Amino acid sequence: MALQQNNLLGLEYLDKKEIELILETARPFKSLFTRSIKKVPTLRGKTVVNLFYEPSTRTRTSFEIAAKRLSADVVNVAVSTSSVVKGESLIDTGKTLEAMKADFMIIRHGMAGAPAVLARNVHASVINAGDGFHEHPTQGLLDLYTIREKKKRIAGLKVLLVGDILHSRVAKSNIWGLMKMGAEIRVSGPPTLIPPTISDLGVKIYYDLDEALAGVDVVNILRIQVERQQENLFPSVHEYIELYQMTKERVARAKPDVMIMHPGPMNRGIEISSEVADSPSAVIYEQVTNGIAVRMAVLYLLSGNVR
Amino acid sequence: MKLLIKNGRVIDPAAKRDGAFDVLVSEGKIEKIGEKIDERDCRVVDAKGKIVAPGLIDIHTHLREPGHEEEETIASGTRAAARGGVTTIFCMPNTHPPLDNAPAVEFVTLKAKKEGVVNVFPIGCITKNSAGEELAEIGVLKKAGVVAVSDDGNPVMNSQVMRRALEYTKMFKLPVIAHCEDKNLSRNGVMNEGHTSMVLGLRGIPRQSEEIMVSRDIMLAELTGGHLHIAHMSTSGSVELVRQAKKRKINVTAETCPHYFTLIDEVVKKYNTNTKMNPPLRRAQDVAAIKEGLADGTIDCICTDHAPHTEEEKNKEYDLAPFGIIGLETMLGLVVTELIEKKVLNWADAISKMSANPARIFGLEGRGNLKPGSIADIVIIDPKRSYTFGANDFVSKSRNSPFTDFPLRGFPETTIVGGAIVWPRNAGTNH
Repeated sequence: MALQQNNLLGLEYLDKKEIELILETARPFKSLFTRSIKKVPTLRGKTVVNLFYEPSTRTRTSFEIAAKRLSADVVNVAVSTSSVVKGESLIDTGKTLEAMKADFMIIRHGMAGAPAVLARNVHASVINAGDGFHEHPTQGLLDLYTIREKKKRIAGLKVLLVGDILHSRVAKSNIWGLMKMGAEIRVSGPPTLIPPTISDLGVKIYYDLDEALAGVDVVNILRIQVERQQENLFPSVHEYIELYQMTKERVARAKPDVMIMHPGPMNRGIEISSEVADSPSAVIYEQVTNGIAVRMAVLYLLSGNVR
Repeated sequence: MKLLIKNGRVIDPAAKRDGAFDVLVSEGKIEKIGEKIDERDCRVVDAKGKIVAPGLIDIHTHLREPGHEEEETIASGTRAAARGGVTTIFCMPNTHPPLDNAPAVEFVTLKAKKEGVVNVFPIGCITKNSAGEELAEIGVLKKAGVVAVSDDGNPVMNSQVMRRALEYTKMFKLPVIAHCEDKNLSRNGVMNEGHTSMVLGLRGIPRQSEEIMVSRDIMLAELTGGHLHIAHMSTSGSVELVRQAKKRKINVTAETCPHYFTLIDEVVKKYNTNTKMNPPLRRAQDVAAIKEGLADGTIDCICTDHAPHTEEEKNKEYDLAPFGIIGLETMLGLVVTELIEKKVLNWADAISKMSANPARIFGLEGRGNLKPGSIADIVIIDPKRSYTFGANDFVSKSRNSPFTDFPLRGFPETTIVGGAIVWPRNAGTNH
């Protein structure tokens, strides 16, 4: 079995079987990590380009390590020092990398749809590493992987996403993925950060976090961008902390075996207290480890389709 | 040489005429309309099975000259119009430099006489440089030939300035065309706000950003008695506001464009930038309301908002691509396909909204009808012909259309401006 598309642009475009395939494929890759030689020759001779238009440490490093553990050659294009600052368009940059025979282009971009534009203009497999407020599919997949690894299932679990849903590509990919896998999804945050149309996707909206937490199996806390305050989306960081910070007291409202997730980077003391971030319920660093396995699976499965 | 159009179905809403007539044209004017006209020494166009109507008047286009000739010129834009059955266009003043002064307006008029193939009437700016602060010299602009004023694309955000514009233009009987958008509410938005924008992760433009300004401008028209013409209405709320204003006898008229009665925001999926225009494509309910507004007369005119942009400008990230689509060549086909064939409007009402109504609202003498003595601007339409436009088929310099390969009915077969056949070149035979 293989993926139906040459690219990974979002979890909206994958079906349940494809998501399961990726999660299953990631498992043996993860078991490599405890060996002394963590590398397999699967993608030997393939070229992977990381094209990051926005700053990123963890996602870029994770893709780089994933590709290297598959024996691919990896090139990082740091956009601030590239020809983009000379005015080169995304499409021309893509075509230039294509002329260098890149097999994969992994793109992080501040504008929604940029990976789709790139994919339309190159033959290489395009992997979306986060585009604007649209999707961050590999983050969604690694979150699914982590939930399934711990809870042994996804269907029927109550999963709560907290924070800035409106501007979060992580939330979007989580919602598509969790929905397809049969979880029950709640979101919580102020109305200014939750588009009401999100309920069209089958998500339940709670403005009151304490109410939202009742009986949940998984809490995924999103990073809040402090600059949003200037757009009047919330009155102050102080008030945000008051209403939405994940504290030990709040966590107690969830199920006793609740899992606490965060895609990082964390604002300790704002959306999450250190006490919660460092508690045994938190799986934040396991998410990072799993990210490499999931990205290896995605690269491997797409390589079957490289033209 | 005289021109005789024989055997067609003449639809001239201004004269309440609809039937089988011949039309005789001489010296650029309609000489005679009759059941059977025999005339020697003239060029004859056989219009059997065709509709003969007043040439279409498109009151909202962007010709881009001067300043952006890579997108469109007066020469190419007027040819695109001729191809679409449009014999008169109003061009918006957001050129570079803008049409906020008489010499700029005269440049467009003279260039159109020299290089254009259809009639071009410029629209002047409301404010200097369309900056929304100081009124442009509207009286001087009127003398230079503008048919209306508008800061299209740069809505006048200051209510006091808009009030003065509606007040001051009264003495010239010049309509103020308002692009209704609350820029603070629509800031950074690139498509309609709703389910699709949420799924795509694109910033939304709520319907209310249009409706708030429609509402404000109607109130200012009520305050001043000035003539407000609302550009490119796209929402159900705007239609309702104009409907109520007309009931209250406020001096307001309104237009919409084919894309607002044909497409909904879901077509933005896949981030095709030829679906990006301002106002944006809305929901199915809005499309239905626009059709209702057309049917009950709330919306007076159909126009294109023809906004050419090059491939280089459009083929990029959705956020970076400019707003706007071309429309001159597809307007008639979309009106026939979406309104006439779907029984929203009959032929006479549809043609009125693209000829008689704009001529009346903007005071064009001797145009928009086929009465004897009127200027012979005529379109001959094949109502049954099905066709599509491929990306390379447009006469316009640009090809930024969401209607590429869209199935159309109702083909503008022959376009006549001032008695001369301007599209296609070889129509008719000498007799």
